Amino acid sequence: MKLELRGITKRFGDFTANDSIDLLIEPGTVHALLGENGAGKSTLMNVLFGLYDPDEGEILIDDKAVDFDGPGDAMAAGIAMVHQHFMLVHPFTVAENVMLGHEQVKGPFKLLDIDAAREKVREISSRFGFNVDPDAVIEDLPVGAQQRVEIIKALSQKAEVLILDEPTAVLTPQETDELLEIVRQLRDSGTAVVLITHKLREVQAIADTITVIRRGKVVGTALPTATREELASLMVGRAVTMTVDKAPAEPKDVILDVKGLSVVDEYGVAHLKNVSFDVRGGEILAIAGVQGNGQTELTEALLGAVTPTSGKATLDGKVITGLPIADVLEAGLGFVPEDRTEDGLVANFTIANNLILDVYDKEPYSKRGVLRPKVIEDEGNKHREQFDIRTPSIFNTAGSLSGGNQQKVVLARELSRPLKLLIASNPTRGLDVGSIEFVHKRIIEERDSGAAVLIVSSELDEVVALADRIAVMYHGQIVGIVPPDTDRDTLGLMMAGASTEEDAA
Amino acid sequence: MSDETPPPAPSVAAATAAEPPVKKELRERPETRTVFREIVESSWLVIVLAVVASLLISSVLILMANTEFREALPYFFSRPSDTFGAIGDAVGGAYSALWQGAVFNAGAGSFSGKIAPFMQTLTQATPLIFAGLGIGLGFRAGMFNIGAQGQLLIGATLGAMVGFLWHLPFPLHLLLAVIGCAVGGAMWGFIPGFLKAKTGAHEVITTIMLNYVALNLVGWLLTLEFMQRPGSDNPQSPVLDSSAQFPKLFGSQFALHWGFLLALGAAWFTWWLMERSTLGFQFRAVGANASAAKTAGMRVPVVTILVMVVAGALSGLGGSAQILATQPSLTIGIAGSIGFDAITVALLGSSRPVGIVLAATLFGGLKAAGPTLQVQAGLPIDIVLVIQSLIVLFIAAPPLVRFLFRLPNPRFVKEVAA
Repeated sequence: MKLELRGITKRFGDFTANDSIDLLIEPGTVHALLGENGAGKSTLMNVLFGLYDPDEGEILIDDKAVDFDGPGDAMAAGIAMVHQHFMLVHPFTVAENVMLGHEQVKGPFKLLDIDAAREKVREISSRFGFNVDPDAVIEDLPVGAQQRVEIIKALSQKAEVLILDEPTAVLTPQETDELLEIVRQLRDSGTAVVLITHKLREVQAIADTITVIRRGKVVGTALPTATREELASLMVGRAVTMTVDKAPAEPKDVILDVKGLSVVDEYGVAHLKNVSFDVRGGEILAIAGVQGNGQTELTEALLGAVTPTSGKATLDGKVITGLPIADVLEAGLGFVPEDRTEDGLVANFTIANNLILDVYDKEPYSKRGVLRPKVIEDEGNKHREQFDIRTPSIFNTAGSLSGGNQQKVVLARELSRPLKLLIASNPTRGLDVGSIEFVHKRIIEERDSGAAVLIVSSELDEVVALADRIAVMYHGQIVGIVPPDTDRDTLGLMMAGASTEEDAA
Repeated sequence: MSDETPPPAPSVAAATAAEPPVKKELRERPETRTVFREIVESSWLVIVLAVVASLLISSVLILMANTEFREALPYFFSRPSDTFGAIGDAVGGAYSALWQGAVFNAGAGSFSGKIAPFMQTLTQATPLIFAGLGIGLGFRAGMFNIGAQGQLLIGATLGAMVGFLWHLPFPLHLLLAVIGCAVGGAMWGFIPGFLKAKTGAHEVITTIMLNYVALNLVGWLLTLEFMQRPGSDNPQSPVLDSSAQFPKLFGSQFALHWGFLLALGAAWFTWWLMERSTLGFQFRAVGANASAAKTAGMRVPVVTILVMVVAGALSGLGGSAQILATQPSLTIGIAGSIGFDAITVALLGSSRPVGIVLAATLFGGLKAAGPTLQVQAGLPIDIVLVIQSLIVLFIAAPPLVRFLFRLPNPRFVKEVAA
């Protein structure tokens, strides 16, 4: 089946989300759709799935124009999509999930034909070597396996075009490799695969054709032989340096010293098990690991948002575990939270107010409990300039900013105090290439000014780019601390739990 | 296959919410929070239109209650003029009575008689301003304080006790009585604040229950000898010393008293507290995003308690406008329905001090006009309640107002503009 989008234009008011986009997807190929957040990739897919009517242009299947009224039509035509966030019912088994919405019945009482669904799962699973048990319950499966269930679901509906939306965001490097292998097999069996992503490495590894979208327009097509710099420049629209420019670290005294830190939650689940490490001034320690292996609890315990069950942490000789958050911040901690919209910003507050969220009670922003609006405004404008926060006014709400600019607000706030330690969790999640560059630069400047920096990131690229040392976390423990030039395979194995560097090797 | 439900459909639909220029960051989080925000932060336009819509619907009800209209309706097609005449008389009469009773009585002989209705309106508005400020402050700090009624009642009780148990010279006595009202309300606000901070007990439930506790506690207090008016079997306290009462603002011919000025002062103070003080900054931050406030080092439980104490004190001052002025003797009915009307006032005023003063004046006007409506337009007093309730109903459902007046969805407009 050949799928073609011809001259698709979709406008929202004055804003053109898709500007006469042409896309040809041929069977047996992997087509990468590359673009930054907000480039118009999702709009295009929503047009394809009949959720939006295009203002101009048409969709053709095998050279015949089609008109989809909704996802049902698109699926009936053989187009399926695996979303970034899986659409699975957690307490159900694999077979139950696969037949969900397409239940077959048998017998006079129209009972569910679970056996047929099981058989279907087994058949597809063995055809592609998925190794998925039809009776396994979804919530017991690792993320990579859940993704395979989604793919089985799509294939069971005889999808000929399979769209994968940011499929590797939640996977370990090994799982990513497995997925890419699956994609190759699907391609070889004649399925067309559309890979929506902003990760250049994967695109280079697997795509047959690359279409780059920027600001709603197709700005170019490229071959997989294109270099990462070329692809990134196409995506961003200007030259981008992919390597982080940094001088060798000059580690000084130990600033953060963590000894035997454990966190057990109220249900008795241990999230952090006897974690010990230190970070020196002038160096960046990056914590690598798949999300949900205790990184969040570690940063929250250091901040004071979570009380550790045992162990302690000292910041420049001062014990910070057990202190109120305000005192820890006062002691010289800058904290960039993992979830900036939930923990880092008050979306309804103005940018100016967000810039003083943790210093509002200090001079010069206030005096004897009274805010000083003029100072807040002046300082806000200064920060806007220094950190290149793109907004017409600092009195707009933080919620009106793009993700990258929101992150700049958080950074501007945290880096404008004298810091001994900066903790940043996934500091570039969801940011475009340009903003990533900027954020990385500021973090390295902070290191070079002598602060200790602790980065938590689930993006291996980021860890490798920033770290002076890498600590790998797995199941609440640090499985090893390795130099930044450790190869990715070793890191990957460590992230999957291989306990030391030697075991992994 | 067409009759089957495609599983990914909801997901794709969900993705549309975070479309192109719209950043994921714009999405509101939990559903209940969104509804709460929508109610609390309605735009001025929606509020004005809600008032208009409720007056329109009330017109229909006024017609239904009007005998001439009902009599003229059956022969509408033979003599439509009768029906239209009845409509004009009924609706026009009702709203002109409303105007006369609440704003300006052109028919009165003297100037003071002409403006007396407006003075009455402001007098009725005074306790609503106080209590509305207390509730609005809670809203902005993320606390759904339904307990203004109880806080007002306890405030009035403490103020009354200062007023009739102690006997002091004028300005001092009044000052202490006012403070008594504030302290009483603050105490009653502290309880749900403390419970929420320490145990997570939801303030909606605790404040509602504390309203009953307050009501019956005061009822019991009034059976005690020292609280009872000598020589009376009714559950009412002695009349407060005149030295503990608010003097009249423009002489004895108007009911308006110093409490109104205090209410305006409280409105200014609330504005200053919320917009200019570091404490108010914390109140707002906790209300808008408690986890970000916590991450920034604010002590959310302490803020929660303080919010309820300040809100309670404001509501308690609402009690002063009753006990130290219009009804200087404590009964269990002293709070009327002020604590609940104040919720509407706070919503109508978008939880902002200026809005609350205006909304309280509107409601004070509806209350002040009640008797005139009844006597002059022959309307049941209930129609005033119906108008009030309809206003709330429309404000609680902005999409309904937008639908009625064909307004665009502001969220969509924001997306397009982004």
